[in-house]
Amino acid sequence: MTDRLARTALYAILIAGLLVVVGPFLWMLLSSFKPEAEIRSVPPTWWPQHWTLGNYGQLFDRLDFPRYFANSAIVALLVTAGNLLFCSLLGYALAKLDFPGRKALFLIVLGMLMVPGMVLFVPQFVLVSNLGLANSYAGLVLPFLAGPFGVFLMRQFLLQIPDDLIEAARVDGAGEWRVFWRIVLPLCKPALATLGILTFLASWNNFLWPLVVATTDDMYTLPVALALYSIGQNRIFYGLLLAGAVVVVLPVLIVFLVLQRHFMRGIATTGLK
Amino acid sequence: MATATEVRETRAPTPTPAARSSRRRRRALTGWAFAAPFVAVFGVFLLLPVVASLVMSFTDMRSTDLRTPWAVEFAGLDNYARLLSDELLAKAAANTAIFVLFGVPLTMLVALAAANALNSGLIRLRAVFRVGFYLPVVTSIVAIAVIWRFLLDPEAGLVDDLLGLIGVDGPHWLGDPSTALGSIVVIAAWRNFGSLMVIFLAALQGIPQHLYEAATLDGAGRWQQFRHVTLPLLRPALLFGAVITGIGYLQLFEEPLVMTQGGPLQSTLSVSYHVYNQFGFGNYGYASAVSYVLFVAVVALSVVQFRLLGSRDD
Repeated sequence: MTDRLARTALYAILIAGLLVVVGPFLWMLLSSFKPEAEIRSVPPTWWPQHWTLGNYGQLFDRLDFPRYFANSAIVALLVTAGNLLFCSLLGYALAKLDFPGRKALFLIVLGMLMVPGMVLFVPQFVLVSNLGLANSYAGLVLPFLAGPFGVFLMRQFLLQIPDDLIEAARVDGAGEWRVFWRIVLPLCKPALATLGILTFLASWNNFLWPLVVATTDDMYTLPVALALYSIGQNRIFYGLLLAGAVVVVLPVLIVFLVLQRHFMRGIATTGLK
Repeated sequence: MATATEVRETRAPTPTPAARSSRRRRRALTGWAFAAPFVAVFGVFLLLPVVASLVMSFTDMRSTDLRTPWAVEFAGLDNYARLLSDELLAKAAANTAIFVLFGVPLTMLVALAAANALNSGLIRLRAVFRVGFYLPVVTSIVAIAVIWRFLLDPEAGLVDDLLGLIGVDGPHWLGDPSTALGSIVVIAAWRNFGSLMVIFLAALQGIPQHLYEAATLDGAGRWQQFRHVTLPLLRPALLFGAVITGIGYLQLFEEPLVMTQGGPLQSTLSVSYHVYNQFGFGNYGYASAVSYVLFVAVVALSVVQFRLLGSRDD
């Protein structure tokens, strides 16, 4: 009896919570199909009274959204590829190879996790500008190519892999690179999947750096374009904005829903975002 | 953290001849060869900037010096002296303190409640709730700003519309200095609690069931079980959550940037935002000094939290 009561109460609370968290997203999606006038109507409507795809059409007519989409994808893919390669290499070295300076290196990389983004931001901008890389893919990608978080994640995972496996391959005469490429990396697939998803996501959603480094229209990423065309401006095309927000969220949402197990495992095991 | 690294290389002076030392050298070379690609990028684009930031904080560097950073002159402690009389920074620091003091407990409480509810054996469809609560964590801050600026719109917004149903006349949430900061704290908690929830949920699932059975035999009710079994065993996860969330809110920047631009009347200006503004004004040296003070605050907060919440056996 008390169990049933407790269960009902729990469900009530959880469903209310879900409405508060997911409701705004549903409202955004529904509103993106409303015509401009209905979006501004007072009182607001919940369900669209006149369905329209016009807002999405404007993304192409008024703005170059495919271009921004491509920029976001290119930057995120490069950043992800870099992190997967560099972090697994160093993670392997830190977990399985013995070399002088190993401990110090690990501590320095870990210590970087404590550094606020703002500390890096100004000198990174000075550096990238002086290298002549402002407003280029290189400028957008390079500062994010080798992050400390990935090293931490890969090292923790690699510590669990038995040394015997690696030793056996070495005894069989495999070089260290071959051991890494043929034995270690395939075993790391779960960790690589987690790191890949988290890195891709962080890069896709990255806002401040591209906002500052991408200075011309053709180098904007999706979030930058959306922000520059909306936030802080008085003349807002609400419909355009909502459709743009849907386009920013949807790819991530799909990836997230398909691969959510990896997300959860990655966050739970490393305890980091 | 300290598991396999404990196996330190043996530096004992060994009588074994050249063969051994060459093997050791080769081992060192292999290790550094694997580390080199990361270290190169990391060194240039992360480590160098951290050091450069410290150096810049003692200079009068401005954006006009961008192409000639070597021509910049040292300013000694000028920037740090300026910090003390910067009224905007004081305002930003006070706002940031509020972000931390209210945002961290709020986010932790919601995350803990959600994790506990989901961990209860009474609930089915756990994955649906878990994924739903996690949704804002994976969403671009710009999209979140779009959503909430609409929801909180004083005329066409749903929040005031809903409040109107119960006869409450909602304020202009983001446009009024007395409500803007609170709104941002709540939105930040809304956005972030999901990732903490996942961590807490994992920790809860690691608690052995027999402890609860024993507590039930001893006559402990639900609340007593939570108080005397769950909370103590959750302590490391809670500590970790508090540190991570504290560091996050101490650096809070994107929410005010995209939702209020630090306004109205600087009511949502944060320290990070102040750095960004100073960067925008071209005051690179001063911006670096402020960012370094923030760095010190981040380290200090973590140390304090570990002292307060940590225990010897953690």
